[in-house]
Amino acid sequence: MVERTRLFNIVCQVLLFLGLVVSVFPFFIVAIAATHNLRDVNLVPMPLWPGHDFLANFSTAWTRANFGVKLVNSVIFALGVAFGKVAISAITAYSIVYFGYRGRTLIFWLVFITLMLPLEVRIVPTYAVAANVLSPYQAILDVTGISWLIAHFTGVQVALNFGLLDSYAGLILPLVATATGTFLYRQFFLTLPDELVEAAKMDGAGPLRFFWDMIIPLSRTNIAALFTIMFVWAWNEYLWPLLVTTDPLKRVAVVGLLDVVPDKDSLPEWNVAMAGTLIVMLPPLIIVALTQRLFVRGLVATEK
Amino acid sequence: MANISIRQVEKSYGKTEIVHGLDLEIASGEFVVILGPSGCGKSTLLRMIAGLETITGGEIAIDGEVVNDLEPRERGCAMVFQNYALYPHMSVADNIGYALKVSGVGKEARRAQVEEMAKAVGLDAYLDRRPGQLSGGQRQRVAMARAMIRKPKVFLFDEPLSNLDAQLRVQMRAEIRKLHRQLGTTSVFVTHDQAEAMTLADRLVVMRAGKVEQVGTPAEVYGRPASRFVAGFIGSPPMNLIEGAIDTDGAFTPTLQHGSALPLGRTDLAGKTVLLGLRPEALRLTAPVAGTPLATVDFVEELGASRVLHLDWAGQVLSVLQTEPTTLAPGDIAGVEVPPEAAHLFATDTGERLRGSANRAKREAEAVP
Repeated sequence: MVERTRLFNIVCQVLLFLGLVVSVFPFFIVAIAATHNLRDVNLVPMPLWPGHDFLANFSTAWTRANFGVKLVNSVIFALGVAFGKVAISAITAYSIVYFGYRGRTLIFWLVFITLMLPLEVRIVPTYAVAANVLSPYQAILDVTGISWLIAHFTGVQVALNFGLLDSYAGLILPLVATATGTFLYRQFFLTLPDELVEAAKMDGAGPLRFFWDMIIPLSRTNIAALFTIMFVWAWNEYLWPLLVTTDPLKRVAVVGLLDVVPDKDSLPEWNVAMAGTLIVMLPPLIIVALTQRLFVRGLVATEK
Repeated sequence: MANISIRQVEKSYGKTEIVHGLDLEIASGEFVVILGPSGCGKSTLLRMIAGLETITGGEIAIDGEVVNDLEPRERGCAMVFQNYALYPHMSVADNIGYALKVSGVGKEARRAQVEEMAKAVGLDAYLDRRPGQLSGGQRQRVAMARAMIRKPKVFLFDEPLSNLDAQLRVQMRAEIRKLHRQLGTTSVFVTHDQAEAMTLADRLVVMRAGKVEQVGTPAEVYGRPASRFVAGFIGSPPMNLIEGAIDTDGAFTPTLQHGSALPLGRTDLAGKTVLLGLRPEALRLTAPVAGTPLATVDFVEELGASRVLHLDWAGQVLSVLQTEPTTLAPGDIAGVEVPPEAAHLFATDTGERLRGSANRAKREAEAVP
C-alpha cells in the first residue's frame, strides 16, 4: 500500500520518532546516571545532562564485580551456546528434512515439543541432571534392582556421579538442547528446491559433501541470524547461570551485576550500578552490530 | 557411450501405479526423445534411469550392467534439469567444475577442463559470474556444460528447454543436436513439446498413462501413428478424426454425413465402425462437385507460410492445411478431396490402428491402371 498523502507521512514520522524516544530513553538514563557522582545520581529529579565521574564509576564497578573474569566467562558461555545451537540445529534439521528414515516425523515432533518446555519450566529436573549427569542411569539401575544385585554379589555399592555444576559444560549444554534453531533450519531447508539435491547427487556429492558445499553456504544468513539471537539470549540469561554456578570465578557478567546493585543497607550507588550495566550491555550490542549486515542481507536477498 | 535396456520397469507410489511394465531398448549413441502429455510418467522414467527414483519393479541396465541398486553417481549419467538447478552460491566455473571437485580432480586440471567446456558452450566470458546474474539461455548452457564435463555414458534431459522463450528454444534445440553429433553420447530427452521431439529425435517414444504407445523414427510415428492417441497428439494442427462405418464396397461413410461415401477399398473391414484419421495437410479443397463430400468454411487461420481452413463437414469439424493462398471465405462451400493413401483407420473401441489401411489402398490404387 502506497499512501501519497503528505500529512499522513508526517503523522507516521512523528509516531515513529515518539516510539524511538520511548524505547531509547531508559538506555539514555542508564548512560547519564553512570556519569554522575553519588550525590547527583540521587537528586530528584536526576539531572539529565552528563556528569564528570564516568571513569571513576566505571573502574569502581569493574573491580567490585570482578568483571575481568566474569566477562570472559560470559563470552565463553554465550559463544558456546550460540555455536552449539547452530551446529546442533543445522545437523538435526538436515537429518529430518533430507533423510527418509522411519519415524522422522515423530522425532521432529519430539524435538518440536521441547519448544513448549523452556528452561524455566524444567529447571528443577535440569538442575538435578546437571548436578549428576549419570543420575538417570543410576535411577534405572536402582529401579530395576541391578544395583542391588551388584551390591549383593560383589559388595560394591554402585553410585554413579558425574557433576557439571560450576563448569562451562554445565552452563552451556542445557541451553543448547532446545528446538528453536532446529525449527528455523527445517523451514529454511524446505524452501530449497529439490533439484538442488538431485543435481548434487548427479554430480556425485554424498550427504556430507552436500551439507558442506551446499547447505552451509546457502544458509549463511540463517546461521548469522540464529547465532546473533542465541548469543544475545544466552548473554542475558540470568536464572540458569545463577543456579548452576556458585564459585564467584565461574559466574557470568549478568549474575555479576548483583555485586554492584545496591542492597537495602548499603550506599545507594546507582551510578556504579549503571556503569556496571553499561559494561554488561556492550558485548551483545557489538555482536549485533557486526552480524547486522549479514542479517539484513538474509532478509532482503531473493536469490535462491 | 552405452546402451540402455529398460525391462518390464514399473513404478508406483503406494497404490498409485505411474509406470506399468515398460520395455525399451536404447542403442548406444542414439538420441531418444520421450514424448507424452504431462503426468504420463515420462519424467519418472527418466529419473529412474538417473537413479533419483527407486524402481519398484523390473530392471534398468546401462551398458549391460543392471543399475537398480546403484547410486546416481555410480551410473555414469548426467542430467540437465528443467529449472537448471544450478548452485546459486557458486560461480559459473565452480558450477561446471563441481563434479570434478567431488571426484577429486586437482585445481589446475579442473580449471583447464572447465575453461574448455565453457568455451564449447560459449560461456568463457562469464566464468566468474553467479547463476543469478545470467540470462535463462546462459543458465541453460551452464547446466549443459556441467553435465558434459563428466564425459558421461548417458545424457538425460528433463524438459530442459521449457523455461526458455520460443526463439531461444529453437536455437538451443539446434545446439543440443549439434553437440550430440559431436559427442555421440547416448541421450534420453523428455519433453511434452512435439516440435522439440520431432526435430531432436533419432527415435521417438510416445508415452501415455505409464505405457509406451509407439516407438519409431519421427517420420514413422508421424506417418503411421499406431493409435488414435498418437494420431491426435502428434501433428499441428492435429489430425482430423471422424467416426463412421465401412460399407460392403469398402467405402467409408461418416456417421453424421449423408450420402457421399469415401471409397477406401477396405472390404476387409466391411460393416465395421471405425475412426478415420486425416492429416490436415493431406486434404485438398476443390470446387464443389455434386456427389463428392462437401463442406462449409467456418473460418480461416492465416499463418503466413500456410493457412488452416476450418470446415464444417455435415457436423464434423475438419481442418485443412494448405500452402497455396485461398480465396475461400466463411460460409463458402468447397469439395473435399481425400486421397485414399492419406486415410488412417483406427478401431473405435481400442483406438488401435487398423493395419494395412494406407498400404492396401495405395496398392489397389496403383493396380487400377
